[in-house]
Amino acid sequence: MKDYEVIIGLEVHAELSTNTKMYCNCSTEFGADPNTHCCPICTGMPGVLPVLNKKVVEYATKAGLATNCEISRFSKQDRKNYFYPDLPKAYQTSQYDLPLCIGGHLDINVNGEQKRIGITRIHIEEDAGKLIHDAYTGDTLVDMNRCAVPLIEIVSEPDIRSADEAVAYMQTLKSILEYLDVCDCKMQEGSLRCDVNLSVRPRGQKEFGTRTETKNLNSFKAIHNSIEFEIKRQIEEVENGGKIYQETRRWDDAKGIGYAMRTKEDAHDYRYFPEPDLAPIVLSEEYIQNLKDNLPEMPHIKKERYMKDFDLPEYDADILTSSIKTAKFFEEANDICNNPKAVSNWIMGDFTRMLNEKEIEIDESKVTAQNLAELISLIDKGTISSKIAKQVFEDMFETGENAKDIVEKKGLVQMSDEGAIKEIVQKVVDANPQSIADYKAGKDRAIGFLVGQIMKETKGKANPQIVNKLLLEIINK
Amino acid sequence: MDLYSLTLADVAKKIKAKEVSIKEVLDDIYSRIDTVEPKVEAYITLTKEKAYERAQVLQQKLDNGEDIGPLGGVPIAIKDNISTEGVLTTCASKMLENYTPIYNATVINKLEEAGAIVIGKTNMDEFAMGSSTETSKQKETKNPWDLDRVPGGSSGGSAAAVSAQMAYASLGSDTGGSIRQPASYCSVVGLKPTYGLISRFGLIAFASSLDQIGPFARTVEDAALMLNAIAGHDEKDTTSANLEEKDYTKALVNDIKGKVVGIPTDFIREGISPDVKEAYDKAIETLKGLGAEIKEISLEYAKYSLATYYIIATAEASSNLGRYDGIRYGYRAKDFKDLDDLYRKTRTEGFGSEVKRRIMLGTYVLSSGYYDAYYKRAQQVRTLIVNNFRKAFEECDVIMIPTAPKVAFKFGAHDASPLEMYLEDIYTVPVNIAGLPGISIPGGFGENNMPIGIQFIANAFDEMNLLQVAYTFEQNTPYHNEVPTMRGGNN
Repeated sequence: MKDYEVIIGLEVHAELSTNTKMYCNCSTEFGADPNTHCCPICTGMPGVLPVLNKKVVEYATKAGLATNCEISRFSKQDRKNYFYPDLPKAYQTSQYDLPLCIGGHLDINVNGEQKRIGITRIHIEEDAGKLIHDAYTGDTLVDMNRCAVPLIEIVSEPDIRSADEAVAYMQTLKSILEYLDVCDCKMQEGSLRCDVNLSVRPRGQKEFGTRTETKNLNSFKAIHNSIEFEIKRQIEEVENGGKIYQETRRWDDAKGIGYAMRTKEDAHDYRYFPEPDLAPIVLSEEYIQNLKDNLPEMPHIKKERYMKDFDLPEYDADILTSSIKTAKFFEEANDICNNPKAVSNWIMGDFTRMLNEKEIEIDESKVTAQNLAELISLIDKGTISSKIAKQVFEDMFETGENAKDIVEKKGLVQMSDEGAIKEIVQKVVDANPQSIADYKAGKDRAIGFLVGQIMKETKGKANPQIVNKLLLEIINK
Repeated sequence: MDLYSLTLADVAKKIKAKEVSIKEVLDDIYSRIDTVEPKVEAYITLTKEKAYERAQVLQQKLDNGEDIGPLGGVPIAIKDNISTEGVLTTCASKMLENYTPIYNATVINKLEEAGAIVIGKTNMDEFAMGSSTETSKQKETKNPWDLDRVPGGSSGGSAAAVSAQMAYASLGSDTGGSIRQPASYCSVVGLKPTYGLISRFGLIAFASSLDQIGPFARTVEDAALMLNAIAGHDEKDTTSANLEEKDYTKALVNDIKGKVVGIPTDFIREGISPDVKEAYDKAIETLKGLGAEIKEISLEYAKYSLATYYIIATAEASSNLGRYDGIRYGYRAKDFKDLDDLYRKTRTEGFGSEVKRRIMLGTYVLSSGYYDAYYKRAQQVRTLIVNNFRKAFEECDVIMIPTAPKVAFKFGAHDASPLEMYLEDIYTVPVNIAGLPGISIPGGFGENNMPIGIQFIANAFDEMNLLQVAYTFEQNTPYHNEVPTMRGGNN
């Protein structure tokens, strides 16, 4: 088999987290009862006119600035005409030849290597509604709550070469949009999703192969697996002397397969033309400068600051800053307990594992930053051992109670009273003469066994340092 | 007493002075409608119940000593493409034969704030596409001056209702002449304001960059009163201009001494019938006699207006009318196999042939590979026409041209050739292309004693000059005093 090069470009759709829709005052809230967040304007009743939500321009401009794009001082909106029941006006208002942002880039990290991915453009457009197929009656119903929810479409250059790079690009983009607070990035709700354009060519070949477009991928896993699938499919096709058709494809995540939806022959002619109901978008230098000056700290800057200010290893800083939610949690907890490494270890260790198991995000957990900080303070003060702390944390995670209450209720306060510990140590030493003999014969491992027995007797509450000290004193006497 | 023959200004004064009650005015106009409507057929829907309810509320206010507004208690008719909450708004199409809006157009709210009473919705060409009101799927409106002739279009019902004294004034919409041409055919005043002066919110779109709402009235004064009520910025329409509000009745000054009136001789050479030419030449003499300076100007690109118009208007229409798909409201075909079949049948059965012709034209000029040759080019020509007018207004205050090249024609006269019908709009379309204000006022009578309209055009947002010249012309000519004979009709 020949060596193939994979060429990928992503079109990412991000729903902007404005309170109201793109051209009317209806709420953008997700999950409301069908057709309760709509009005004559977003349902395209005869005679209505759109009024552009200024926040949409602001959010999209921020996204452009954060991805190093040139912001257009003059851009316009266009109509993209096609028929579908979820599109009440029979056209989607989008941007065609003069988008709001052009020519940016993002730096991604894959396996420790940095790579720059070009961004062709970012434009604003409205979302469509949703069709709900009633399996029982066979009817198709339209929910127009999502009609005219604002979106940005971020189009990358064909600079991506693998599924891993695509995922890294998407993760970086997600993190930036979250930092900007312009998109809630809930991929499972569809507020961040992407289309993958992919082609393969024998390495060294100049011209691109025919590309396919796989639509509407809404998880990192789906992006990764659909790309792997499509790469394999295209290479096999070419190897077997077949032909790649320019087509739109769907990905079935449950079955793990992609399939063709429509070919170029029956592709729509969208008949784009400038939207006559909306004036062009003209942005002043001051407007753009003002947004630029007030951009929040971006992930890569924050990462460097964490390494410098908190003396954290790059690995820690990278993970903590990859999501604004994690970073906020970290900063809030550290402000209280002033132990960055401990906070970092907790977040990156058990906490993340438990979040992943539950498939929730850090801000959805019952454990607050204050709770974690208090737990760490209890360890730092020697009130509980780190071992006990793990137990306490599991309770915190389940119940949302604070550490102090759990420790008190369960009587988990660490034993540091030397007299009491000494009694137990003596008891264990007396009961295990063989271990003492082993130790004296040079088998250091016997100590471990004895410590274990002592911790068992104290239900893990004995201060390990004191136990160690006293045990050695008694044995070596 | 023939209340219905009064002007809007006069009936409003009588109501305010409590010489007549609002109910009496309504009774009178509806009785006039009962008598004349069977011959003219200007209305699609009458809103009697709502009108009387409103009359009662307004009368109560008036009796309490409150101000009921400059149009207080005056019956007004509305073209059936302007959205009226709770009242059928059909666009004279089968597609919307059962459609009732859940909101009011901004102009309706404004008219009501000024005290007007909506008495009914008027007939029109289907979706405002046509120049004779013959494409209506509802009924055939007749010209009150000769019932065998068309009233013009597309706002034929609104023009005929005012002409036949079945309303004191009405609203129409003008995309390529749809107010001015029927005003000319029916011998009433028809004003198409500057694009952006009136909110389009609630006007069912035909061609968004050309559509504009405007009034029909029996006099220029009445038109100015209507304009006062409906003009102004609307935050729901971002194409509406945010300018200081004016009192257009201040333009009603009977004096045009020193005003420069531009005559584009290179533009009005073609297609004009002798009777219209004669009336036009007479109008020039009248203006001269009143002390205006007549200046020959050139509008070299105006002759491309019609071609430009039929690309831009149809392109926008093809997109604007996409929403009539049978999914949410309006007509839906009965039997269909699948989604595509539902779309195809609904639109095949729901739209008339002129609407379909324009949707197809518009779809074609926007389609991939043709956009540059048609739509883009048309926009470029549009810029040339705009600049042409801009330059002309450096030399004159208003431009005068006929409203239409001929008087009203007989029903069916243009059935064989849609292109001939399109030529009826040759003098009105340039005004829409350039977004300017234009007014048609009675300017004489021609062949078969049919009315002829004279059109004045002013610079953008210069309705003051426009109204002043029109008012002076009207006050010094007798044509507006004539009332239609309602002859014929036995064809």
